[in-house]
Amino acid sequence: MSRQPAPNRAGRAALNAAAYAVTVFLLLPTLIIIPMSAGPERLLSFPPKGFSLRWYGEYFGDEDWIRATLFSAEAGVIAAVCATTVGTMLALALVRGRLPGKGLVELLVIGPVIVPHIALAVAMFLVFEQLRLTGSLLGLAMAHTVLALPFVVFTVLAALYRFDAELERASLSCGAGPGSTFLHVTLPLIAPGLISAALFAFIISFDEAVVSFFISDLDRKTLPRKMFEDIDFNISPTLAAVATMLTALTIAALLIGYALRRGMERRARRTKP
Amino acid sequence: MGVQEGARGQVTVEALAKRFGPVKAIDNVSLRVGAGEFLALLGPSGSGKTTILMAIAGFEYPDEGRILIGGEDVTWAPPNRRNLGMVFQRYTLFPHMSVLENIAFPLKMRRIGRTEREERARAALETVRLGGMGDRRPSQLSGGQQQRVAIARAIVYQPRVLLMDEPLSALDKNLREEMQLEIKHLQQRIGITVVFVTHDQTEALTMADRVAVLDHGRLQQIGAPRDLYETPETVFVAGFIGETNFCEGRLDHSAAAGEPVFVGLDGGGQMSAIAAQALPAGGRIKVALRPERLRVLPTGDGPAARVTEAIYAGNATTLMLEAEGGQRLRARIPAGGGLHEARPGDHVRLSWQTADARAFAA
Repeated sequence: MSRQPAPNRAGRAALNAAAYAVTVFLLLPTLIIIPMSAGPERLLSFPPKGFSLRWYGEYFGDEDWIRATLFSAEAGVIAAVCATTVGTMLALALVRGRLPGKGLVELLVIGPVIVPHIALAVAMFLVFEQLRLTGSLLGLAMAHTVLALPFVVFTVLAALYRFDAELERASLSCGAGPGSTFLHVTLPLIAPGLISAALFAFIISFDEAVVSFFISDLDRKTLPRKMFEDIDFNISPTLAAVATMLTALTIAALLIGYALRRGMERRARRTKP
Repeated sequence: MGVQEGARGQVTVEALAKRFGPVKAIDNVSLRVGAGEFLALLGPSGSGKTTILMAIAGFEYPDEGRILIGGEDVTWAPPNRRNLGMVFQRYTLFPHMSVLENIAFPLKMRRIGRTEREERARAALETVRLGGMGDRRPSQLSGGQQQRVAIARAIVYQPRVLLMDEPLSALDKNLREEMQLEIKHLQQRIGITVVFVTHDQTEALTMADRVAVLDHGRLQQIGAPRDLYETPETVFVAGFIGETNFCEGRLDHSAAAGEPVFVGLDGGGQMSAIAAQALPAGGRIKVALRPERLRVLPTGDGPAARVTEAIYAGNATTLMLEAEGGQRLRARIPAGGGLHEARPGDHVRLSWQTADARAFAA
């Protein structure tokens, strides 16, 4: 069983090599940014001729950069909270509820993943313009909530499928009403999934560029918009420093989310009789 | 509530019916469980026993009929308002709470203060002989211990009725037998009404005051274990509870229940029996006769048979017999009774009390 014919083994090695090559090819631009952000020159260059953190300092010292970052963070937090709340309720309705037109709801939730962001951005711009929501924090947070919703719903759905629904019955039989049951039993047990979903939603909002471009304006711009504009005016390595930090933040959020989900799976396995 | 104290734990199921699509899960079932009584719902899978329990618990709503607990109609009450204790097949302890927190949970939901909550939860933990385990997590306990915690959680608020859905089926055999007696003793000590679902007839007969036998959603018979075994009222009960010989034949006259009859066997010969139910003239008949009620004699004027096999099992010997008409039968001879020990190949005579052979319409 363990011995494979030689040609097969060679084929497998070639496949592995190809897979790694593609991964490296995809990752390379992202990785190259990191050394570029630590170079001392005024212009972006590779390889860097020395090591300096001055561009990181430049970022933290620049009021414009900080204002854009805080604006994005604000929108991200609001979007994360809204998307997690709405997404959790949606996931619960899809799993537990006897919802008429379940398929249609599912389709609508997946919508933002399928529709090209640029099309979504134009549509949102046209609607938000009428409602005077363009250029506002509220408008941006709403748009990002919609974009993050599918990811939240999928993450919470996965948590609910792992959750033993019989525990809810046990709780009801203990005299807890449906509300208390959700609060004391369901919520604590799917909480890691919710936190992971919220982190994901925050990241989606925080580095979203296309929709932001259409519905934010020059006074209140998001971090990705500020980055894009910077490329046009001055290609300073500050941009690379910001990109590096953004990448690190995203990776950290994904790792935390992954660790939370792993912990939840382990617990679900342990309590199965 | 205007209900007598004695009736507080009484459960009444009236003409209950429930369909799942074309399947009648419960078909017009009525039964009454007395306060402090231990009733087992026994049947094969798909017999409707769990659906009845779930309707009593409030997790299923019936299509027809009513459920009364302590004289109060709870048919449409949500499960959390029924004040029942429930123990599930899987232990269903809350994994994010300690053992003590699990047991105190129903008290917390009833807004009982922290000190009293803890006191009563500890007392319940003692009741199931797990004192000192309160700070552990459910996952640190064995299966049997987890199920005891689940029982403690279900009785800590002194509910009037305890519902149990195959609570021992996840445990291994030895532990299961130990827990059967433990649950039985606990039930007698605290005087709670228990409705217990099982597919294991030994478990039902060991634990219950009365057993309700179900098949295809219909109540076949309800009675004390001894009644079910000795005077089954339907062919299903006769075959489902314990071991039995069935002899098929025909009756040329009609008979009322309890009347002695002579059934013409298919293989020739006649068999004396009593009608277990009203029997129509000319109908097909099945006569049920327990192996230990069939006597095997070296001589006599009963039907002749040949011993084909003798299976020795220590406390008894089972004889496989072939009667003259080709009918195959089993007889169980208890050891040490000084009875005739037949060997394979022996020619013997068979005998039985008419009252032990029960004739059913097939």
